[in-house]
Amino acid sequence: MGDFLSPAGWLLALVQALLFALGAPLLAGWIKRIKSRLQNRRGPALLQPYRDLYKLLGKKAMVAHSASPLFRAAPYIVFGSTLVAVAAIPLLAVSLPTAAVADMIVLVGFLALARFFLALAGMDVGTAFGGMGASREMLVSALAEPAMLMAVFTLAMSAHSTNLSSVMQFNLESGLILRPSFLFALLGLVLVAIAETGRIPVDNPATHLELTMIHEAMILEYSGRHLALMEWAAQLKLMLYGVLIANLFFPWGIATRLTLPALGIGLLAVFLKLMLLGLLVAVAETVLAKMRLFRAPQYLNLAFLLTLLGLFSHIIMETGT
Amino acid sequence: MSRFDWLSEYLARMQDEMILVRRGSARELAPAHLLEIDAEDWGRAAQLAASLDYRWAGTWGDHRGEQIVLFACLENEGDYLVLRTVVDTATPVLPSHSPWYPAADRPERHLQDLLGVLFSDHLDDRRWTRHQAWSEASYPLRQDYPLAGQPQDETPPDGDYPFTRVLGSGVYEIPVGPVHAGIIEPGHFRFSAVGEEVLRLEQHLGYVHKGIEKLAQGRDPAGLLRLAARVSGDSTVAHSWAACQALERACGCRVPERAQALRGLLCERERVANHLGDIGAICNDVGFAFAIYQCSRLRELWQRRSAELFGHRFMMDLLVPGGIGVDLDQGAIDTLRHDHARLRRESADLFALLDDQPSLEDRLLNTGRLTAETARRFGCSGYVGKASGQAFDVRSANPYAPYDRTPMETPVLEEGDVMARLQIRAREIDASLEWMDRLLQSLPEGPLQADFRCAAAAEGIGFVEGWRGEIITYVRLDEDGRVARFFPRDPSWHSWPALERIVLGNIVPDFPVCNKSVNGSYSGHDL
Repeated sequence: MGDFLSPAGWLLALVQALLFALGAPLLAGWIKRIKSRLQNRRGPALLQPYRDLYKLLGKKAMVAHSASPLFRAAPYIVFGSTLVAVAAIPLLAVSLPTAAVADMIVLVGFLALARFFLALAGMDVGTAFGGMGASREMLVSALAEPAMLMAVFTLAMSAHSTNLSSVMQFNLESGLILRPSFLFALLGLVLVAIAETGRIPVDNPATHLELTMIHEAMILEYSGRHLALMEWAAQLKLMLYGVLIANLFFPWGIATRLTLPALGIGLLAVFLKLMLLGLLVAVAETVLAKMRLFRAPQYLNLAFLLTLLGLFSHIIMETGT
Repeated sequence: MSRFDWLSEYLARMQDEMILVRRGSARELAPAHLLEIDAEDWGRAAQLAASLDYRWAGTWGDHRGEQIVLFACLENEGDYLVLRTVVDTATPVLPSHSPWYPAADRPERHLQDLLGVLFSDHLDDRRWTRHQAWSEASYPLRQDYPLAGQPQDETPPDGDYPFTRVLGSGVYEIPVGPVHAGIIEPGHFRFSAVGEEVLRLEQHLGYVHKGIEKLAQGRDPAGLLRLAARVSGDSTVAHSWAACQALERACGCRVPERAQALRGLLCERERVANHLGDIGAICNDVGFAFAIYQCSRLRELWQRRSAELFGHRFMMDLLVPGGIGVDLDQGAIDTLRHDHARLRRESADLFALLDDQPSLEDRLLNTGRLTAETARRFGCSGYVGKASGQAFDVRSANPYAPYDRTPMETPVLEEGDVMARLQIRAREIDASLEWMDRLLQSLPEGPLQADFRCAAAAEGIGFVEGWRGEIITYVRLDEDGRVARFFPRDPSWHSWPALERIVLGNIVPDFPVCNKSVNGSYSGHDL
C-alpha cells in the first residue's frame, strides 16, 4: 500500500486520472480507425472523438419539456461516478495513495451508480425509446454484474484481496504462471466488458436504428454538453474495462516504484496493451454481426459460467498443498 | 401456352353467378383484357376471382364529369384482366373488394379519400391517404378540385388517427416516426408489444403524398414522363418505362427494337444498383457493417458508370415517348461488359463471404417470415413475393420487349424469411448481369426513337417489372391529347401491408431488418 501522505503519489494519482480522462476518446478513435481500415475505408481521423466532444460541449443543450431535474443532473452524476471509478484504477503504477479505495467491489458499485442514473435518465422524458433502452440495459447489466463479481472473486481468492493494486502486485510477484482460474476469469471478464461497454455483438454503438439500440436509446434525448458528458463517460468506461483487463491479467510493465523511467515504461506498456486490445475489439466487431437481443442473456450466462468455472478450478486445482 | 385460356372459365362462372358482362374487349387496354360490369356486381366479381385464385393487382378510379369510372386489375397465369364499372358522381357507392382481397384495403381507402367513392361493405372505413391538409368533404381527384390545391395557412397537426388498440396487461405502444433517426423517408409505425415481442404493427403512411395523380392532369406526354420518373426516385427507370408503355399503347406507337433493348438495359442497371444497396443495408441493420461498405462501394462504381455513359447516376429522364434519349457506341458496350465481369467476380466473393458468416445467418434465417399463403393473399410481387414462393415476374410471365427476344431467368425461393429476400436479390443481380451480357452481344441496330403522335381520347396500360416488383401504370389522354388520368401502381402497395404480417411474433429490435428486407417505397405508395 502506498504512502498516504506522499505529495508525489497524490500528484501522480491526479496525473493518472487526467490521463484516463484525456486518453479515453483516443481509444475510441483508435477502434473506429481500425474498424474503418478493416472495412476498406479511410474512416475518421484519430482525433475525431476529441473534436466531437469539443463541438458538443460548445453547443446548447436542448431539454425536453417533460424532463425533470434528474434529466439535467444525470449526465454529471454519470460522468462523475465513472471518473471517480477510473481514477482509482492503477494505470501507470501500483501502490499509489488512491490504491486504498481501488477495491474491485467499490469499482462495481461506482459503475452501478452510473448505470442507475443513466437508466433513470433514459426513462425520465417518457419517450418509448428511452424506456426501452433502460429496460434492455437493466436486462444486460443484471446478468453482467454477477459475472463480473464472480471474475473479481476468482482473482481475489488467489491474491487474498479484492484490492486491484494488491492483485496486480500479486500477479507481478508470482510471475507468469498459467492459472486455469485466471484464464476462465479473463474470458468471462472480456465477455462482460463487451456487453457493458455496448459493443458488437451485444449492442451497436454506430447504429441509427432506434428500435435496436440499448445504450444509445437511453441517451437519445440528450444534446449539447449533456450528450458530450454521456459520450465521454461511455468512452471512459470502455477504457476502464480495457485497463482492467490489461493490468489485472497482464500487469507487466506497470511501475512499482515512483521513478521517472519506471513511470515512462508504465505509460508505454499500458499504451501498447490498450492499442492491442483495441485492435482485437475492432477485428471482432468487423467479423461479427450483432446478436439478436434475446441471445444476450445466453451470452452473459456463458460469461457467468466461465467465471464460475474459474472459481471452481481455483478451489479444485490451486488451493491446498 | 395460349394466352387467356382461363378467361372462358371465368366468364362462364360469371354467367352462373348472374353477373352481367356489359362488354368485353381484348384491344382497348391490351395486353390486358377488359370486362365491363355493373357496379352492384363489383364485389361478387372479386369474390369469384378470389375463389379461382386470381391475384388482385390494383384499383384506380377516374372522374369523368357525371360519372366515376372504376378499374380493378386482376392477374392469373401472367395474363391481366381489368374489370371496369361506372358509378354516378352523385351517389358513388359500390361493394368493396377488400372482403375477398386484403390487398384491396388501402387502395380502396385511397380512392375513398381522393375521389370520394364509398365502398359499402369495406371492413375498415378509416381515412388512409388523407391527412389534415385538405378537408374531409373535398376530393382532390375530382375534376372540380383546383389543380393548385386549396392550401391552408397552417396545416393542423395530424394526431388523431384512430389506431387499433391492443389491450391487455403489460401491453404497451411504441410510436415510431414519421421522422426517423436515419435519413429515410417519413412514415409512422405503431407497435403494440409485450416485453420485446410485437403483437401488432400498424402503419400510417401518406406523409409524402405529393399529389402525383393530380399533378399529371393537363400535362403533355413529355411532361408526364418527367413526373413519372419522380414517382419513386429509386425506381425512376421502371416507372418511366411503365408510363411510356401506357402512352405508347394508347397512341399506337411502335417503339424501335434498339430503344426497347436499351430500356431493358437501363432497367436492369437500376435493379442491380438497388439490390446491391439493399443487401448491404440489410446486413448493416444487424450490425454487420463490413457488407454495407463493400456493397456501397460496388454500387457507387456502378452508378458512376451510369453517370458517365448516360449522364445521370440514377438514369432519370432518359426514356422519351416512342423511344429513348441515349445510345451506346461500341466502346461503351465494351466498358459495360468489362464492368459486368468485374461486378460478377467481386459480388461472388462478397456473397460467398456473407453466406459463410454464422452470426449473420443467426440473425437473418427465420427472421421476418412471410408465408407463401400470406404473400399470395396480399399479391406480393418482386423479391418479397419471390422469396415466399410466388414465382410471378412480369418479365417471364408476360414478357414485354425486350424480354420476349432475350428471355430472363427469374429465381424463386420458398423460405420467405429475411435471408431468402436477401438471396433473391443476390440471384437477381447474377441473372441481370448475365441477361445484360446476352443483350449486349446482339444489340439490335436501328433508330432510337419512333415518331410519337399523341392520340386524342385514348387510354393505355403499362406493365413493367421494376426492381421492387410489378408496376402497373394507367394513362388516359383527353380530346386534346393531354393527360386526363395517370395512375402508377407501385409494388409497395402490396409489400407494405405484408410487412405488418411479417413482423408478427418477431421481437421489436428485429423490425428494422424486416423492414429493410421488404424496403417498400414511401413515395411510390403515398403518390
